[in-house]
Amino acid sequence: MRFSGLRVIKEALTGHKGWTPAWREPEPQARYDIIIIGGGGHGLATAYYLAKEFKQKRIAVLEKGWIGGGNVGRNTTIIRSNYLLDGNEPFYEMSLKLWEGLEQDFNFNAMVSQRGILNLIHSDAQRDAFIRRGNAMILNGADAEMLTTAQIKARYPFLNTDDARFPIKGGLAQHRGGTVRHDAVAWGYARGADSLGVDIIQNCEVTGFKIENGKALGVDTTRGFIGAAKIGCAVAGSSSRLMAHANMRLPIESHVLQAFVSEGLKPVLPGVVTFGAGHFYVSQSDKGGLVFGGDIDGYNSYAQRGNLPVVEDVCEGGMAIFPAFGRARLLRMWGGIMDMSMDGSPIIDKTHIDGLYFNGGWCYGGFKATPASGMCFAHLLARDAPHPNATAYRFDRFERGLLIDEKGMGNQPNLH
Amino acid sequence: MIINHPLLGPRDSAEFTYMGDARLIDRPDAGSDTAAQDFYDYGYLRDNPAGWHEELWFHEAGDRSWLVVTRNTLTHEISDVKLARDVARSRGRKL
Amino acid sequence: MTQKNRLAGGQINRAKTHKFMFDGKHYTGHAGDTLASALLANGVRLMGRSFKYHRPRGPLTAGSEEPNALVELRGGARQEPNTRATTAELYDGLLARSQNRIGSLRFDLLAVNDRLSNFLTAGFYYKTFMWPAAFWEKVYEPIIRHAAGLGSLSLKDDPDTYDKGFLHCDLLIIGAGPAGLAAALTAGRAGLDVILADEDFRMGGRLNSETHSLGDQSGADWAAATVEELASLPNVRLMARTTIIGAFDHGIYGAVERVSDHMHTPDAGKPRQILWRIYTKRTILAAGAIERPVAFENNDRPGIMLGSALRTYANRYGVAVDRRVAIFTNNDDGHRTAADLVAKGVKIAAVVDVREDAPRSLDYEVLHGEIKDTKGRLGLTFAEVRLADGTMRTLECGALGLSGGWNPNVHLTCHQRGRPTWNETLAAFVPGGMLPAGMTVAGAANGDMSTAAALRGGAKAAQNAMDLKGKLPSLPQAEDAPVNLKPFWYVEGCNRAWLDQQNDVTVKDVKLSHQEGYRSVEHLKRYTTLGMATDQGKTSNMGGLAIMAELAGKAIPEVGTTIFRPPYTPTAIGVFGGRHRGKDFHPTRLTPSHTWAEEQGAVFVEVGNWLRAQWFPRTGETTWRESVDREVLATRTSVGVCDVTTLGKIDVQGTDAAAFLNKVYCNGFAKLPVGRVRYGLMLREDGIVMDDGTAARLAEDHFVVTTTTANALPVYRHMEFVRQCLFPDMDVQLISTTEAWAQYAVAGPNSRKVLEQIVDRDISNDAFPFMACANVTVCGGLRARLFRISFSGELAFEIAVPMAYGDALIRRIVEAGAAFDITPYGTEALGVMRMEKGHAAGNELNGTTTAANLGMGRMVSTAKDSIGAILSRREGLNRADDLRQVGIKPVNPRDPVPAGAHLMNESGVIDAAHDQGYVTSACYSPNLGHAIALGFLKDGANRMGERMRLVSPLTGVNVDVEITSPHFIDPDGERLRA
Repeated sequence: MRFSGLRVIKEALTGHKGWTPAWREPEPQARYDIIIIGGGGHGLATAYYLAKEFKQKRIAVLEKGWIGGGNVGRNTTIIRSNYLLDGNEPFYEMSLKLWEGLEQDFNFNAMVSQRGILNLIHSDAQRDAFIRRGNAMILNGADAEMLTTAQIKARYPFLNTDDARFPIKGGLAQHRGGTVRHDAVAWGYARGADSLGVDIIQNCEVTGFKIENGKALGVDTTRGFIGAAKIGCAVAGSSSRLMAHANMRLPIESHVLQAFVSEGLKPVLPGVVTFGAGHFYVSQSDKGGLVFGGDIDGYNSYAQRGNLPVVEDVCEGGMAIFPAFGRARLLRMWGGIMDMSMDGSPIIDKTHIDGLYFNGGWCYGGFKATPASGMCFAHLLARDAPHPNATAYRFDRFERGLLIDEKGMGNQPNLH
Repeated sequence: MIINHPLLGPRDSAEFTYMGDARLIDRPDAGSDTAAQDFYDYGYLRDNPAGWHEELWFHEAGDRSWLVVTRNTLTHEISDVKLARDVARSRGRKL
Repeated sequence: MTQKNRLAGGQINRAKTHKFMFDGKHYTGHAGDTLASALLANGVRLMGRSFKYHRPRGPLTAGSEEPNALVELRGGARQEPNTRATTAELYDGLLARSQNRIGSLRFDLLAVNDRLSNFLTAGFYYKTFMWPAAFWEKVYEPIIRHAAGLGSLSLKDDPDTYDKGFLHCDLLIIGAGPAGLAAALTAGRAGLDVILADEDFRMGGRLNSETHSLGDQSGADWAAATVEELASLPNVRLMARTTIIGAFDHGIYGAVERVSDHMHTPDAGKPRQILWRIYTKRTILAAGAIERPVAFENNDRPGIMLGSALRTYANRYGVAVDRRVAIFTNNDDGHRTAADLVAKGVKIAAVVDVREDAPRSLDYEVLHGEIKDTKGRLGLTFAEVRLADGTMRTLECGALGLSGGWNPNVHLTCHQRGRPTWNETLAAFVPGGMLPAGMTVAGAANGDMSTAAALRGGAKAAQNAMDLKGKLPSLPQAEDAPVNLKPFWYVEGCNRAWLDQQNDVTVKDVKLSHQEGYRSVEHLKRYTTLGMATDQGKTSNMGGLAIMAELAGKAIPEVGTTIFRPPYTPTAIGVFGGRHRGKDFHPTRLTPSHTWAEEQGAVFVEVGNWLRAQWFPRTGETTWRESVDREVLATRTSVGVCDVTTLGKIDVQGTDAAAFLNKVYCNGFAKLPVGRVRYGLMLREDGIVMDDGTAARLAEDHFVVTTTTANALPVYRHMEFVRQCLFPDMDVQLISTTEAWAQYAVAGPNSRKVLEQIVDRDISNDAFPFMACANVTVCGGLRARLFRISFSGELAFEIAVPMAYGDALIRRIVEAGAAFDITPYGTEALGVMRMEKGHAAGNELNGTTTAANLGMGRMVSTAKDSIGAILSRREGLNRADDLRQVGIKPVNPRDPVPAGAHLMNESGVIDAAHDQGYVTSACYSPNLGHAIALGFLKDGANRMGERMRLVSPLTGVNVDVEITSPHFIDPDGERLRA
């Protein structure tokens, strides 16, 4: 069923009887051409693009719980393409362009809001680094603008410039960055994929791979064996657990990242702001909640919850730049499991097992990558060759020293 | 979290800095023929278990001991804490 | 205005009258009131508007679970949006406004949304507003954003302070109702360290709201007496107004104590709130239960509230919500409300009970049936009853009490992924497995609903938790009524029956969610926003779950619950920030010459947590460049002095000290003679440069290592890792001495002449050549360390004295240098000179730089094993066209060469694919008279003299540059060896 303004009016006048389920609840078939493991944003986007752009048939998405229950449903909703390195920037800019046309493409309002993202600058060295980054963005066809403190103050008059411990010395803005209603991304892709014939199978956990003679033949699941010619894994947060079934060790650690939302407030923050001298980033949702976050807790965890020191650290950062937020109340805190990779960048690649493909290692930047990740993973699955914008995201880059280390933190995942 | 330091007793985890899997103690032999592969494996691949995990914590705001903490990554429960130096010795590391 | 609905009795202090103002009108109440109870006493039921439809709303509850009666409390910079009137303590002069309205609370223009509700169903926004694409940010979203949100922030800096503290105890008891008080008595009398915390300002929990007696006392009196006894025990800490917000790992609980929220402004020197981190061995959760409403048509009008809230207002606050009250119940609790109100002289219009076997009463009429609908635009006037036989009755009433049963308050039991289990008798979830370690649950929170069971449960829990021997303490006689309930969630055939009152989620929305396939409990929540309001679904989730279960043909426990997340109730962001704001956001580290530098008028800059002198302006200088140029020229022509204390310093001692440094540095240190310094390059194990610095060998078994300012901590941590974890048997000890030694660079051709006056030994070039070091004395006996090292490229020394002498030494150096017009220089001049000399610094060592990138590839010894050596040899780090550090100068001397600009070939396309490198550091060189820069260029070593284009589209720069050696000045190093 296509959504339209007219349709909404018609249904409103006829008691909403005509709305149909956004996706079917099919029983798994015995065999598919392509199985995507993981009904999160990346997995659903992959299935959608496989069907829509690469005209693949007989596709299933296997989700151990409910679709959208992983990091696509528990992030701080920010989209941007303000990356520095060659391996990353074209990929994320492609993602931003896909976001820009996404809602019309999959006929679902995910509230892509290009309200702008601003990275505050607090030192000369930071300014030098941001100028390099802004230039890299522009040279890659993205947008970037250097703002003065006065320009920033005009948009955020309550920013602390009076007694800041680390004075604000300008900011790097990407006006095309912004936010997206995160759950709607999962639902929109799921609905789109379903309408193209993809089977979305919830409550179906993969418990093993059937691999013979170096070739993957299918998966064992809590709902029985399902055969497949190709298997794509997109289970960020649980990548190591899943791939251990194929006896693979990954360049990944799982860490918890907490996120926070305040009670609803009348609009105060027009865009997304990140603090450059602490760990804090914030935007305001359309419902009015301040959505904010900071650094990962820093220890390996699969618990989807964190601890107080990081809560305090994040709020300290918030109070440092927005002391007016002190009287807003934090409503809810939660945690997601991040695939922290060894250089802070993701992997979209074949594995050494024929027919088994991997997508993961998104650290805490996976949400903004969702469309491009889906498109590039679909490309890899359909054509057995990496998408031109994802050639750097190879497994062997660690062994060969072809690292994509935006933060320059090296092989310690919790520092990325 | 609370880490029961073998010398200092229970200390808040906020006093510590985390590094990762305690297998980082097992630095390969640089003179081996397979050193390149060994160091790649050592530097980059992790078991990353969902469950018990031996891991390295540094008592940065304390006595500067590196500790090997056995902690469950699903529940955060800690079952054992040792001085990393003792662990390293027990694993045969010397000079 | 009189308090027309004030009854007799209650626990308010009638002797103390407080004046307050709501929406510009003056009212009075009493000490012990909440804003809600005082407004209700004054006959005000309308207190807010709902989130989406802007429906008129009054309080649903009398506690922190309140979804409706949210107000903006206080004014000016202390304005607090979304404050629950049901928990805001009344104080004299209290000021509050209703929120989320355009126009007045009575005539909110946005109430038009209610008329459009057919269009604004669950998830309507996902289906529309997509055309044309550009309209989202420009038209639709601004309208939605302004209509949404609840209260407003003042956007003024929060003027209050917040503190943080730590508490330790044997037993933390959460909730001071009958179970919590009995637990505290048991453990407190046994001498254990107990903390008893309750979110309310008056301890006692439901005992303060009920009319039951405990023994021969009223419940409230027993609670007061018990609290008094507990207060007399030195081992018991009573924390009223304290909410336990979360159960974190290993028995750590977050607690927020509202120290001053019940006052007009905090007392002088007092914080508004305190965030406590409570470390406890065991915990008893005695948080009680929360009553749930029933859904039916128009069940959200002001005056409709939980039956338990009606009792609280009547019994605790002496307030009748209205003089004519109806009750709708599915259990005996509704009858308890009716009886209490009758005793207070309130007229009961009827008790409508869904149970055939409802108890009868002589005091009020009991109707077997359901409430079908209600009337009253801004407050309830009538309730329509559909009797079991199908006939309709209209009840005139201004208040309607809803009793749908009670939900044990399992919130904190689930903070660590515990899931509650279903209890058929209560038709509610009770604590399940996987409780936070050390937690037990007692009283109504555990599903023990009678007062007697709560008392027993609390006392037993305390005994069990603490392994106490002996009999339970004697507990008073109390009511022990069983729960008699018929599960009932919503009235059939209703159209708009509210489940989540704040977010305007109705039964219809849940049905639509199911119809559209959003059937998992999490999808239901996220699609309809059920339970996502400021009350986090405390009164709404169960109804939604029950309906979803019915639609899915499942039992409620099969549908499951969403996850309970901290904080238990919304918590001011300010209290998490504590004192870490403004200048106190991070500690400030000052160098030993700070006072002296201030006296010189220095301009300071933040370097990590340090403040360093950036330059020293002199009278007549109008730009910072003038000052910096002067400092550079003076140093290069005569002598300058700079505080370099912030550089990390690590003492390395032991017989294996040299062997150890041989491991951590990629270049060799084994053969460094005593009395000599060597530049050292330190790699991470992945082969990338971690840091650079010097190591000075003061004795056979003693080195002093320096690090960059930024890496002082990480390098020390890394060296300890190498020492303890990789080479545990090496005889080597490390200690960070960054804060033990004050260190100054004295640089320039006259530097020796200055230091000769201070150092008590021969420092001639022969006696103390370039790269010499020694333990020396200065000023006739003070121990010091002297290093002949140079960052500036001039003849230079660094001299260190114990920190306490740092101030004295800088003054002595300047005095001794007066004859040479010694010039203090700051970090800017330091930077200019190191760039002129081509020394890499933080901008170059950015965590992706290899030794080869710096032109130091050959320093990585192949003759020994060192950290990072093996992985530095990977192919990707050793490509022919890898970046090399180069110097860059403008072809036109007037052009800038800004840092962050990218290098492009002289002709050709300018885009990312043709990027050749970038500028890392740049400055104006007063010695050369033009800008210079350091940068990384592909295959840079082989491109000396090449002309290139330097572009910074971000900042509008596009200039011709020439690639040069990075060593702009004295490339052969004659000056520093002079």
